[in-house]
Amino acid sequence: MTKNLTRRGVLKSGAVAGAGLAVPTIFTASSAAAYTNEPTGSSVTLGFNVPQTGPYAEEGLDELRAQELAVEHLNGMGDGGMMNTFSSKALKGNGILGKKVEFVTGDTQTKSDAARASAKSMIEKDGAVMINGGSSSGVAIAVQGLCQDAGVIFMAGLTHSNDTTGKDKKANGFRHFFNGYMSGAALAPVLSSAYGSDRNAYHLTADYTWGWTQQESIAAATEAMGWNTVNNVLTPLASTDFSSYITPVLNSGADVLVLNHYGGNMVNSLTNAIQFGLRDKVVNGKNFEIVVPLYSELMAAGAGKNVEGVIGSMNWNWQLTDEGTKAFVKSFGEKYGRPPSNSAHTCYVQTILYADACERAGTFNPCGVGEALEGFEFDGMGNGPTLYRAEDHQCFKDVLVMKGKENPSNEYDTLQILEVTPRAQVEYAPDHPMFAGGELGACNSGA
Amino acid sequence: MSEFILQILNGLDKGSAYALIALGLTLIFGTLGVVNFAHGALFMIGAFCSVTLSRILNASYVTIDPTQKDFLGNPLKVKSSYMESWFGPEVGGAITDWSVPLAILFSIPIMIVVGIAMERGLIKHFYKRPHADQILVTFGLAIILQELVRGFYGANPIQTPAPEALSSVAQLGGSLGLEIVYPAWRMVYFFFSLAVIGGVFAFLRFTTFGMVVRAGMADRETVGLMGINIDRRFTVMFAIAAVVAGWAGVMYAPINAPNYHMGMDFLVLSFVVVVVGGMGSLPGAVAAGFLLGILESFASWERFKIFDGLDQIIIYLVAIIILLTRPRGLMGKKGVMED
Amino acid sequence: MLGLEKKDFNLLMVVVALSLFAPLILNIFPKESAFAFFNGGYPDLMQRFAIFGIFAIGFNILFGLTGYLSFGHAAFLGVGSYAAVWMFKLLGYNVLPGLILSVVVAGLLSVVIGFVSLRRSGIYFSILTLAFAQMMYSIAYSDLFGRWLGITLTNGETGLQVYNNDPQILMGPDSSTVPHIFGLEMSSRLTLPVGPWEFVFPVGYYFCAIFLVISFYLSIRIFRSPFGLMLRAVKSNNQRMTYTGLNPRPYTLAAFIISGMYAGLAGGLLASMDPLAGAERMYWTESGAVVIMTVLGGVGTLIGPVLGAGTIKYMENIISKMNEKLLHEWFSFLPESLEKAMVWSASWFTGEGWHMTQGVVFMLVIIFLPGGLVQGSNKLFGRRKRKSTDDAATKQPAE
Repeated sequence: MTKNLTRRGVLKSGAVAGAGLAVPTIFTASSAAAYTNEPTGSSVTLGFNVPQTGPYAEEGLDELRAQELAVEHLNGMGDGGMMNTFSSKALKGNGILGKKVEFVTGDTQTKSDAARASAKSMIEKDGAVMINGGSSSGVAIAVQGLCQDAGVIFMAGLTHSNDTTGKDKKANGFRHFFNGYMSGAALAPVLSSAYGSDRNAYHLTADYTWGWTQQESIAAATEAMGWNTVNNVLTPLASTDFSSYITPVLNSGADVLVLNHYGGNMVNSLTNAIQFGLRDKVVNGKNFEIVVPLYSELMAAGAGKNVEGVIGSMNWNWQLTDEGTKAFVKSFGEKYGRPPSNSAHTCYVQTILYADACERAGTFNPCGVGEALEGFEFDGMGNGPTLYRAEDHQCFKDVLVMKGKENPSNEYDTLQILEVTPRAQVEYAPDHPMFAGGELGACNSGA
Repeated sequence: MSEFILQILNGLDKGSAYALIALGLTLIFGTLGVVNFAHGALFMIGAFCSVTLSRILNASYVTIDPTQKDFLGNPLKVKSSYMESWFGPEVGGAITDWSVPLAILFSIPIMIVVGIAMERGLIKHFYKRPHADQILVTFGLAIILQELVRGFYGANPIQTPAPEALSSVAQLGGSLGLEIVYPAWRMVYFFFSLAVIGGVFAFLRFTTFGMVVRAGMADRETVGLMGINIDRRFTVMFAIAAVVAGWAGVMYAPINAPNYHMGMDFLVLSFVVVVVGGMGSLPGAVAAGFLLGILESFASWERFKIFDGLDQIIIYLVAIIILLTRPRGLMGKKGVMED
Repeated sequence: MLGLEKKDFNLLMVVVALSLFAPLILNIFPKESAFAFFNGGYPDLMQRFAIFGIFAIGFNILFGLTGYLSFGHAAFLGVGSYAAVWMFKLLGYNVLPGLILSVVVAGLLSVVIGFVSLRRSGIYFSILTLAFAQMMYSIAYSDLFGRWLGITLTNGETGLQVYNNDPQILMGPDSSTVPHIFGLEMSSRLTLPVGPWEFVFPVGYYFCAIFLVISFYLSIRIFRSPFGLMLRAVKSNNQRMTYTGLNPRPYTLAAFIISGMYAGLAGGLLASMDPLAGAERMYWTESGAVVIMTVLGGVGTLIGPVLGAGTIKYMENIISKMNEKLLHEWFSFLPESLEKAMVWSASWFTGEGWHMTQGVVFMLVIIFLPGGLVQGSNKLFGRRKRKSTDDAATKQPAE
């Protein structure tokens, strides 16, 4: 409670009302432990909180598969996957700090409330020391806040909003996934070389915080390349049919449509755009193009043939050829008979990185683990040399620009890698205006 | 001008789906007096009839091609379609290409069986129960049906394309001197729904069966007293309503890829449509379906967006205004569902 | 006692005892035993039992007594949460102002919505409340009001949270940074290991439980009052009531407002246990959930809604956590082929299949126990009091 002193400032110090009642000592019984859920037995429990029902259920199931695989590798079973290629060799395949890794699962339902409820049950009932996973930024931010208060580490899973490590960053939260700004920075040069620097873009944007931050990022990045943003129309999340948002595009004079949509929204808006013949249109003497800034394999599979030739960005893809990727794809593919998705990769890597940080810190204490992760540089986990930046807990690594494949040979082969954008190109200052407004605060160990 | 016409077309297209679902709901409500919350699930099952048929027609056998490698470096398993190997690439290809229209036929027996099973197995026992119980038991059923579909087909949307010939854009309004392009399949959907709606109305109007059903809707007891087995006919009506909802889903599959929760997405909206149209009124349901479809389209069009976010609340706003100015919706009958 | 008949007093005592000993009852299985998974006695879930119990009790006052089926009650829960979190942001973490404001705001909102919606009855009323709630959900989810005013009001889909740079004018340097009541933190708890068991007594839960007991007591008083009788009259025959010269509207409106305030209190408590208010709380499925809780437990009965709320929340939180790994452990005593078959069939109902279990339980109860769980337990214990005033659920409104 003393850490409050610095944050609140002196002004309010006189305004204490009746909050002075002493807390009966009996109610602080948990202070016997050094930090929340200190593992005392021979095992340690990790909490995997993913959407198992609702629109992102497939994404969540893939994350679960990857996390189970990571636990296997940590416990020394299987072929070890990326642990063999990881540049840090602290992990020995005997669990974490000699304790066997156990895990519990929960369903976020892609709702902030439900996600917090299931994270709470893992922390309060199952004694989880860390929460991993998730498939939406709103949920990630909500659960991150909870983990901060509860004193456990949160590894964010699939969350692409700038706010997760911007306005809403928290000391106990880390994000391996990339964000809207990075998508813009990686996409803009590719787009301008593929489609020219004299383009008029029309944005359709999902009407919630992730959509807003991504639209802002993409518009800024493409405008810097000389593009003109004709219009930005917000679409309700609940939309299933986008026809009435697409028809105004036809006569708007725009020659590029940017779909800031994800999941079912993206599948439907892209399908509708193709239905209206946008891809076959010629405007201002140029072929009309569609851009989907954030891709995922599962969405691309849902959109089927419609993704052909459509450019977007991704955090990671199984077609990368580095050793880490190959090892992971091999061990995931042999266990589940399919290549991993980029959200699966994120959750797998986060589990391994968390374990490694515990080993290096020599403790499960979130403050120690956080310190070990802050500023950590490593390689061998796909995406090349990677940094977990200390200032905002955002991960920096290469970003992939993808293109929908013409004539895919099978259901997993819908996207191809167009370019690997080097890390230097997507980096930004921690106080960049798109990320301003939050503070990391101090780590909370729950003691 | 052309944009205006396009938005009307969009509205009619959305309205077609609303109207078809609302029509079935109203049929069930009008004849059986049951509020069926599983109606959205019937729509969803219809859409998955399309998916299933296209999967059956695309069924394939696996051969191993040692010259190619899959992602793990093992020899690639190549799938070849039975249809194409039986009928040759042209005929076989055409059959798989037309799987969605063929699913109209394929869905009929499925929807009839599902409909009759639902009515005889469950809803029959709920005629005399309070509406709240009907709502809840059918809602439970909807959840179960939805979970079954998720179990078999997964949670991801599944693309079910329209036939190649109908998936291009149609040029309309050439004679008016306007340049209007509209997706051909959406036009097909609109005319298909008009035909189905027309068919249902004609059936009720011009057949003896329809006459009895209409009489039953007006006064069930008297018709029963006349020695007519009204229950049997009501079962048939339930099956017809299920087929109508199923067809709405079958033909909707190419417009937006079906997923397991599409029924729930439409459920609340279609109830609003039915109530705005007036409980128990078939023309009301159809009119309200198209009306709300068009309003929704225009509210999403920037030129008509009076304030930010109008498109998100327009349907509910209009529903409230209509219900407050016209107590029983557009064409509702007095005393229906008011207790 | 307390102005209650003996039977009602006994019921109240049952609720008091259940609330008091819930941490023991819900932690019946020893911590390390195989069944410990089924323990529901951790703070978050117990708090939800109490809070949704309050929500359902309030809903039952409207639906159980007057028969008006509101499909938009989640809106009141939602605004209650938003009001409470705003108090945390502006004043400080003491939950009292937040709770008061949440009840007041929900009350005011229910005056407006109730006044408009109660002009219609039957399904028209249901759809009106649904339309209002869905509008409020959309407004909260995209923060439309905030956008119109140029401020952050609901913080969109992330949910409203408290930030370090919020004003919090009543906070002193030593004030707690989690919700508390005059310094007693909601998240603090007493953990009591007894042999192999481990019992947790959370402050937050007991705080909610006190409200639950008060709410329950008030609901008994309303049920047994002349006002409650009037509400039943509305349900059994609205028309006849009008003929006798009584205007039912003020009574139904009063019931609507009371149940709206209950929902607001529940929302405020939710925020007090976990200082975040999300828009999903207002979605129509949440409104549907409270209907389900009430009907599952027994509409129009006193204790039914509490039981229903507990059952639903238990299923949502426990069954959704059964993953395949656990199933394999449980069925590992079987021969392998049988084990696989069992895991396969069980996985339809557990983990990501928990909705399926919900649907099945729900249908079974409605089909076979029209009076809900209360009727079930009455049957079980042979108490077939047909004419019990508690048994309003099985009565049909006259046509």
